Order: sequence, then C-alpha cells, then structure tokens
Amino acid sequence: MSLREAFAAGRFAVTAEIGPPRGADPDAITRKAELLRGWVDAANVTDNQGAHVRMSSFAGSLLAMRAGVEPVMQLTCRDRNRIALQSDLLSAGALGIPNVLLLSGDHPRFGDHPDAAPVFDLDSTQLVWTARTLRDQGFLVSGREVGTRPGWLVGAVENPFAPPRSFRARRLAKKVAAGAEFCQTQYVFDVEVFASWMARLRDLGVTERCKVLAGVGPIRSLRVMEFLRTGVPGIHVPDEVERRLRGVPGDRVADEGVTMCVETIQRVAAIPGVAGVHVMAFGYERGVPEILERAGVGRRPALSSSRSEGLGHAG
Amino acid sequence: MATDDVEPGMAAHDAWPRPFRPRLGARLGYVLHAGLAANQVYARLAAWLERRPRAYRAFTAAERVTKQELFGCRMCGQCALPATGYTCPMTCPKQLRNGPCGGVSPTGTCEVHPELTCVWVVAVERAEAAGHGADLDLLQRPVDQRLRDQSSWVNYWQGRDEDLWTAAGDERPLLRRDLGLAPTGVTR
Repeated sequence: MSLREAFAAGRFAVTAEIGPPRGADPDAITRKAELLRGWVDAANVTDNQGAHVRMSSFAGSLLAMRAGVEPVMQLTCRDRNRIALQSDLLSAGALGIPNVLLLSGDHPRFGDHPDAAPVFDLDSTQLVWTARTLRDQGFLVSGREVGTRPGWLVGAVENPFAPPRSFRARRLAKKVAAGAEFCQTQYVFDVEVFASWMARLRDLGVTERCKVLAGVGPIRSLRVMEFLRTGVPGIHVPDEVERRLRGVPGDRVADEGVTMCVETIQRVAAIPGVAGVHVMAFGYERGVPEILERAGVGRRPALSSSRSEGLGHAG
Repeated sequence: MATDDVEPGMAAHDAWPRPFRPRLGARLGYVLHAGLAANQVYARLAAWLERRPRAYRAFTAAERVTKQELFGCRMCGQCALPATGYTCPMTCPKQLRNGPCGGVSPTGTCEVHPELTCVWVVAVERAEAAGHGADLDLLQRPVDQRLRDQSSWVNYWQGRDEDLWTAAGDERPLLRRDLGLAPTGVTR
C-alpha cells in the first residue's frame, strides 16, 4: 500500500519523518526505516533540515525505499536554483521516488552554515507549479519539453498557526491551484486553531482537491518544549500544553507528552477533511508504532513486493 | 539552534533582504499606479529610453531612489507592488512572491530579522484595508533574474510585465506566455 493508494482508497493516511544523518552511514536511514516499516504509508526524508548539512534527501529516499519504506522526498528552494530543482525532480522520477514534498526551506541563518548563499530562486508555490507543469504538461519552466515525464505525487506544507492567520488557508489554496495534491502541516498543538483553519479550507474547496495531513508529534521533555517554543521558527505551543507538561512529575513528562500526542491524533482525525497524520518524532522513531496503536490507527496493509524493491512506481 | 555559532557583532544577516514597511499608503499607491498605467505615450518614452543608455541609466537611478525610499525596492525589474498592497515581496529574506513562509513568529515578526515585521503580514493588512485583498490570490510567476537592476517601469510600459502573475486555478501550462491577467481593480 502506498500513500497514493491510501489517498485513493480514502483510508486514514500516516506519514512520518526520517532525518538523514550528518555523515555517510547508510544504516542510519535503514535503522529508522525499519522502526517505521509497516506502520506508515510513507516517510518524509528531510532536505538538510534546519539548514544543517546532512546526507541528501535524494540518497536518503533511495535508502528508505531499499529498506521497504516508501519515501516522500523533501526538496527545498533554499539551496538550488530552478535548474537544479528541476533536475532533481526528473532524477526522483527516474528512480521511482513516488512522492515529493516541495517547500521554501529554513533560511541558512538557522543552520550550521549561516555564511552560505541563500538561493530562493523559486518560491515554494512556484516550485509546486513547476513540478505539476513538468509532470502533467511535460514542460520545464523555460517552456522546453521533457522526454519521459516523472510520476511522483506533489506535496506541499502549510503552517496554520503563523501570522497572518487569516491568509493561511488561502496560501494553501494557492499551492493547490498551483498543483499540490497533498499537504502536511506544522505541528498541531492547538487543535481549535487547526479546526478553524480546516473549516476555511473546506469553504474554499481545498479539501476536495488536496489531502491534508495534520502534523503531530510528542513533546517528551520540558527542554524540547522550550526548544520548540523558542528555537524553531513557526511552532505554536499553547499555554495549556505547557501547563499539562509542567503539571506532572519530571519522570512522567515523556509519558504525558506521548499521551497528548495520542489525544491530538484522535481529535484531528475527527475533523472533517483531515486525510491523515504526519508524525514528527525526531529521535523517537521507536515510539511511533506505540503512538499510532494507542490512537487507534492500525498497522498499514503490507507493501507490495515490487514496491519494497523500489520498482513499484505507478508512473 | 546553531545560530549561537554566529559571532555577535558580525551582523552577517545584514546583507540579506530586510522586510520593509512602505512609507507610502497603499491607497495612494493604487492612485499613482493609474497615473503610470501603460499607454502609448509611456511606451514611446520607454522605447526612447532604451535606445539611449545614459538617459536610461538616469531614469533607472531616479526610479531606484524613489522606490527604495518608499518601498525598500531591490530593483528586481519586474514590479509586484500592484498585486501586493504596494508592499515589496523582494524585501522578504527568502524573496517569496506568493505569500509568507511558515516561520513567521506568533507576533508577526520575520524569522530571519526578528526585530522586523514580516513583509507579508504588512502586505495582507495593506491590501485588505485598501479593498485589494483578492490580489493576493494571484499566482506570481518565477522572477526573471535577467531583469535585475533594470527599470521595472520601462519593462512594464514595454509590456514585458504582462504575465508576471496569473489567476489562481488557471490550468494552462506555466510558461505558455499567453496569460497575464491583471489583478482585480487595477487598470493596466
């Protein structure tokens, strides 16, 4: 079963995240993939997340595929101009990577090379547009035709919690007009704000054309909570979450965080138009099956053998 | 976050574009635009300027000074102001032309320059207050990097801006250059 098939079948979809290592060890990907295999429809392979140098999302996606986990290859506008972006999109198509997720990317300011040139030749909406034109019309941005067209599913991201909030549903609508077929959101800790954003998406007709996966994840320590609050741009941790985590003894914070994540999954799953969840559990991939099981989201149907060899690309 | 690694005082990010709060009201922007709207006289002036490098340089310098002062213009040569509530998206450190990134802080400040308000927060406020909120739904095409440092007025009068943006939902291919829909409420 693949992400595309889960969407087509209308089954509650689950994606997770695999962050490639700072190093050339392929087993770092394989180990994480093995923890997730069978529990997710696909796993994002991040693209130099937080503007920190890592193994590429392209190589990581191939390694994940080899380990039996369908990848969602992330591709950011931060490090590549339109030539490199389109080349990577074609390469992903050639090697059967079934999904791409296109985003602006964190600014180099936040990474380990703040002295690097930020590229941002295209923005994320333009990249989505470029990808859909490439796949469906067979044209590059230049207007030149391509030979064999790639076949990946086109994903985008949105942050329902960041200002200007009134514009956030329309911003996703623009990406969907440009061609996004699924969307993963920033961490949902404030379900009410998320629900009103979803209502707006339904009004705009976005949920009819785009599968929306709510971003979730456990906060397993007060240190991580502080980091999410202050160290990562665009994450909204409401006071109620803080009160709950501070309200339990220190040795129970991790459990409480996991419980809150389980509750969040159950609450977002009940919102009309939510097609699934995107579980972000950095360094806690081993806990993903437990979170899903407790939330009542079962194992995934078995992967077809061709897909586990990385050849099952529907094109 | 590794931002701690940046030595204080280096101000390395000062070279990045900085969100600029326009010094000209959005409504006045729309009024002035009507005065600059492309017509045959302007088209002839633009053609004349392009044949005379010194005059073109002087004209472009005047445009640069005016628009830098009013909008923080970075001379992309393909002005998006009429579609963004007269708020320049090229002053976004990521130069996003289709809306804000996901890193805007809860108080509306830029993730790269936390002391400044996100330029898209300002753009949405200004466009909506001036009754031009629908312009923000237009899809902005990729920037033509060859036009940097050129006069966007000359390019506009010469008709090169006509497909900078298109209507959301238009299914036609990206670069079949037959689109170029004007934003609502703007006479072109």
